[in-house]
Amino acid sequence: MIDALKHLPRPRAGAEQLADNFGDLAPPLTARQAAVESARCLYCFDAPCINACPSDIDIPSFIHRISDDNLQGAAEKILSANILGGSCARVCPTEILCQQACVRNSAQECAPVLIGLLQRYAVDNANFSEHPFKRSPASGKRIAVVGAGPAGLSCAHRLAMHGHDVVIYEAQEKAGGLNEYGIARYKLVDDYAQREVDFLLGIGGIEICHGQRLGANLSLTELHQQYDSVFLGVGLNAVRQLGLADEEAPGLLAATEYIRELRQADDLSQLPLAERCLVIGAGNTAIDMAVQMSRLGARDVNLVYRRGHADMGATEHEQDIAKANQVRLHTWARPDAVLLDDMGRVRGMRFIRTEMADGRLRDTGESFELAADAIFKAIGQRFDDASLSDPLAAQLARDGERIRVDQCLRTSLPGVYAGGDCTALGQDLTVEAVQHGKLAAEAIHAQLMLNVEAA
Amino acid sequence: MADLSIVFAGIKAPNPFWLASAPPTDKAYNVVRAFEAGWGGVVWKTLGEDPAAVNVSSRYSAHFGANRLVQGINNIELITDRSLEINLREITQVKKDWPDRALIVSLMVPCEEESWKFILPLVEATGADGIELNFGCPHGMPERGMGAAVGQVPEYVEMVTRWCKTYCSLPVIVKLTPNITDIRQSARAAHRGGADAVSLINTINSITSVDLDRMVAHPIVGDQSTHGGYCGSAVKPIALNMVAEIARDPQTRGLPICGIGGIGNWRDAAEFIALGSGAVQVCTAAMLHGFRIVEDMQDGLSRWMDQHGHQSLEAFRGQAVAHTTDWKYLDINYQVIAKIDQDACIGCGRCHIACEDTSHQAIDSTVKADGTHIYSVIDQECVGCNLCQITCPVENCIEMVPQDTGKPYLNWTQDPRNPYREAS
Ligand SMILES: Cc1cc2nc3c(=O)[nH]c(=O)nc-3n(C[C@H](O)[C@H](O)[C@H](O)COP(=O)(O)OP(=O)(O)OC[C@H]3O[C@@H](n4cnc5c(N)ncnc54)[C@H](O)[C@@H]3O)c2cc1C
Ligand SMILES: Cc1cc2nc3c(=O)[nH]c(=O)nc-3n(C[C@H](O)[C@H](O)[C@H](O)COP(=O)(O)O)c2cc1C
Ligand code: SF4
Ligand code: SF4
Ligand code: SF4
Repeated sequence: MIDALKHLPRPRAGAEQLADNFGDLAPPLTARQAAVESARCLYCFDAPCINACPSDIDIPSFIHRISDDNLQGAAEKILSANILGGSCARVCPTEILCQQACVRNSAQECAPVLIGLLQRYAVDNANFSEHPFKRSPASGKRIAVVGAGPAGLSCAHRLAMHGHDVVIYEAQEKAGGLNEYGIARYKLVDDYAQREVDFLLGIGGIEICHGQRLGANLSLTELHQQYDSVFLGVGLNAVRQLGLADEEAPGLLAATEYIRELRQADDLSQLPLAERCLVIGAGNTAIDMAVQMSRLGARDVNLVYRRGHADMGATEHEQDIAKANQVRLHTWARPDAVLLDDMGRVRGMRFIRTEMADGRLRDTGESFELAADAIFKAIGQRFDDASLSDPLAAQLARDGERIRVDQCLRTSLPGVYAGGDCTALGQDLTVEAVQHGKLAAEAIHAQLMLNVEAA
Repeated sequence: MADLSIVFAGIKAPNPFWLASAPPTDKAYNVVRAFEAGWGGVVWKTLGEDPAAVNVSSRYSAHFGANRLVQGINNIELITDRSLEINLREITQVKKDWPDRALIVSLMVPCEEESWKFILPLVEATGADGIELNFGCPHGMPERGMGAAVGQVPEYVEMVTRWCKTYCSLPVIVKLTPNITDIRQSARAAHRGGADAVSLINTINSITSVDLDRMVAHPIVGDQSTHGGYCGSAVKPIALNMVAEIARDPQTRGLPICGIGGIGNWRDAAEFIALGSGAVQVCTAAMLHGFRIVEDMQDGLSRWMDQHGHQSLEAFRGQAVAHTTDWKYLDINYQVIAKIDQDACIGCGRCHIACEDTSHQAIDSTVKADGTHIYSVIDQECVGCNLCQITCPVENCIEMVPQDTGKPYLNWTQDPRNPYREAS
């Protein structure tokens, strides 16, 4: 239970109704729908959709296989490029990735092939009797992976496939990273994140040690000594602050903290409900937070952003979801002060209106207040510096606060690689993290094999 | 509105859309419903000698395209499985009730003069407008010395046709089987025998698919199957060619042709008529959609005729025949080149890979900064085969543009590159 929200009431709806509210946002395709949809794919050559998929899935090929009634072949095609193809199918913002690029999305038709849903259909219905990928003969190499999020898991799987042994060090109780603790519940429902991890581990050769936190009970110095290579996939774990007084008051907390609780809850009717809810931010996390609170039964959900609609991090599709869930979007206003009641708890927030002048954001001087039972910060994640505190880790070159890597995911330290949100490469998306992990594994493998040959 | 009425081999009908001899014309119930829906005529399901044929179960299978679109149906049914007497009685009644519609009776009896001599007067007595000789059924009946077994031997076709002309005063339409090498031989034989018209095609020998679990073809009867007859949209190209072959054969010039095979809409029908057909017959399309489709066929055809100033079917019938010739008379100097409309192009790359891998490497692919590709035709390499235009998913995106070569008409018989050129 979240301490900062202990004083709030519980949702009015029963557990069953709430579970319903948090079912699949985009329901899976039926066999018939998949047949119709897969037949729409033109089987393009040099297909633009592949180009737009960060993990390089051969989309025309897997869709063709669905159409050919070869679901295992389709799933294997997907998973060979993206071992987390099942969760990516659910969480990818396809509207700005593959489906945006689909030739059937051209102005003449505006109806892209539903690649994400087809991908989910194939992976969900493949029914493999055993893990579809085989391990190469043991290489005798051991690699440490820090973080069991999409980046770490993807890296570990590819390394295991190449015959290496992998130990994953994970701070949390469960593997999966934000798939387990962060993605909106209606995008990745039930225990899919764990089932996918189990499937991935089915290849063998991967051990996960939980409760191991780099920077606390684990150091890069040790790992570097004990293993042939190290991969860092620690994500972004710290929350940005608003920089206002009373930021620790009851009723104010990070959206990710609440979502984490919501994803783990067995009984949604026991969660604290903010009848009047304020979300600060404009990325997908902000939208996720607002929509989930709305689905829990909040009457009044407001999302406030200091710039305009066009600048929002959330895609148009995400904004539409927010609107469909009665979330009000306020633009051109920035938080000015947390308003407290006489018990010191959040009762609202004061905002100052903003505008653009000479290319810079500035205050107009006008202000207004919005009443709220709780305020959720969703203004971005920060790198958690504590994880890189040991002497070796402290030497890692950084891009801003994130770890610097090159195109092969190599950090400035030989033998140490990194990928996913903790690096500055690409966008902070699950699919990007998977791709980083995969490419890092290939780079590690190539390097280790080179060393073997040279020896 | 254009006049759709016809007189085909002396038989009058309010429109050229007839139902082919098959399940849709099996009995009075169906035929009456068909006439109510607007069909101009029917060819009654083939009659034979008693005892009536016996059918198996199951009977049909299909060849599907994407999304279960039926491209063709295969059947292993025989001729009517009802007694001659019932059929004749119903035919008499229906003709009486629907005097303005064409009612043709399809017949198949053993290849013996006595059999024909017996059945023909009975049919004539019904008041029917004509008879159609079923020499086409590719399954079941040939084993009994009928159907395709007769249709495949020109001498038999001629002989039986002659018997019919001898023992019956009604117009005789000979229905041809496509399961032969040269359709003109059958048509010429029918012509020699005195046929008033030919109709074609009947179904084509086929197996549509195999059940890979049970290792038996479809349709399955117990744990066995057999070849059947193929019809529907997929056979249209074969039927059109056979109709054209007969239409332009000097030996059968002027012989009325009733076009059959894969007709599903007004445009299909117009194409058969353009290649010389005076009437058309439909089976599969009605079996898939019901009789109501005839309304759309009539509507579409008459609108198209109005738009093109054709007041009657005769106005455009056979107009494409003169433009159908032997390969050797085609103009070797004619040249078309593919042209891509870049505004319509959606960048799927299909034209490129098709030409690159299997044609003449005439479509260039250039990567743009954003990773997408631009496709353009290399004019000098294009031979004008049409493949890219065929594989392009966007209609009218690729145009095959005729080139002004400045060269005169030259056919292969005149071409100096032809070693067997006829001396001029
Ligand atoms: C609320 C929210 C919603 C999102 N929704 C979407 C979405 O819909 N679609 C999408 O594509 N992306 C979404 N994202 C982004 C996506 O989740 C991330 O890009 C992705 O999870 C990054 O994977 P990762 O492996 O780099 O990091 P993470 O998923 O963050 O995994 C990092 C792992 O490392 C562990 N770890 C961290 N520090 C240490 C340490 N010091 N020692 C040991 N282990 C450590 C963590 O416990 C975690 O398991 C969302 C993000 C958030 C926050
Ligand atoms: C189930 C079935 C039964 C048929 N029975 C006969 C028949 O008894 N006599 C006949 O002359 N043709 C028969 N045919 C062939 C059709 O009359 C017609 O020639 C053929 O189906 C091609 O036309 P379509 O493509 O419009 O179907 C039959 C066709 C089908 C599908
Ligand atoms: S761009 Fe669209 S149509 Fe073409 S291959 Fe990809 S999904 Fe299929
Ligand atoms: S017409 Fe044939 S040769 Fe010419 S570009 Fe198209 S496919 Fe290539
Ligand atoms: S096939 Fe048609 S749409 Fe596709 S790239 Fe070629 S011209 Fe463009």
